[in-house]
Amino acid sequence: MYRSLLPHDMFAELDRLQREMSRSFDYSPSIRGMARGGFPAMNVGGTPHSVEIYAFAPGIDPAGIEVQIEKGVLVIAGERPSALPAGDAKANVHIDERFAGAFRRVVTLPDDVDPDKVTARYRDGVLHISIKRRETSLPRRISVQ
Amino acid sequence: MNDKTDVARKEEARAAAESALMPPVDVFEDATGITLLADLPGVPKDRLHLQVEAEALTIEAEVALEVPEGMEATHAEVNLPRYRRVFTLSRELDTDKVSAEFRNGVLTLRIPKAEHAQPKRIEVEVA
Repeated sequence: MYRSLLPHDMFAELDRLQREMSRSFDYSPSIRGMARGGFPAMNVGGTPHSVEIYAFAPGIDPAGIEVQIEKGVLVIAGERPSALPAGDAKANVHIDERFAGAFRRVVTLPDDVDPDKVTARYRDGVLHISIKRRETSLPRRISVQ
Repeated sequence: MNDKTDVARKEEARAAAESALMPPVDVFEDATGITLLADLPGVPKDRLHLQVEAEALTIEAEVALEVPEGMEATHAEVNLPRYRRVFTLSRELDTDKVSAEFRNGVLTLRIPKAEHAQPKRIEVEVA
């Protein structure tokens, strides 16, 4: 009797719901606007002596990861090849969720880090970058004369 | 009443302890079997648990990162220390012959098809 003029409405509605749900879980957006779920996922933390950055980048040749600090900005870039069989191979792809291709993520560093004191290690698919803070920025006791 | 709220609280704590991230996977199939790749960054080899039971494949893994003392997290995208994902396998897969490799946070599982489910190649002999 009654037919919707837009039969795709239901799917649009589902799509919107899904987007809203994923947004409500997204409570810590990055300042540089990189969407959450970008590759690699990153955790950032700090101690009084250092800034610690963890980039979750599994399945990458460590030699191929480019880590750069320039003007207080840390850039992590590289490429992850696709593991899926080539199009002409006799194989069916059932699920394709893993990231493939070039990636680049940028983190703004605090002002007090020392770009000369950086260590970067790749272990279990996680790139751990540790940057020391400058000594001068540590809290110091000033004696009153 | 007190008992009940206690039980409810315990249930809640259990659910929170068991919530896990869903690792992204690639799955592809060829004539001889299925290959599954899963991203599990931050998981050491001994914290990865694979289980096949009643045609369900369960991948469970715990994240263990080297964290310096006194670190305060300011931004976390990987915000749970655990991964879990369950797949239903089909009957023609030979679960006794699953092989697994885990390198640089990527798990590669190969699940071959049972002999009878594999396409047979008939050799043509030239007389």
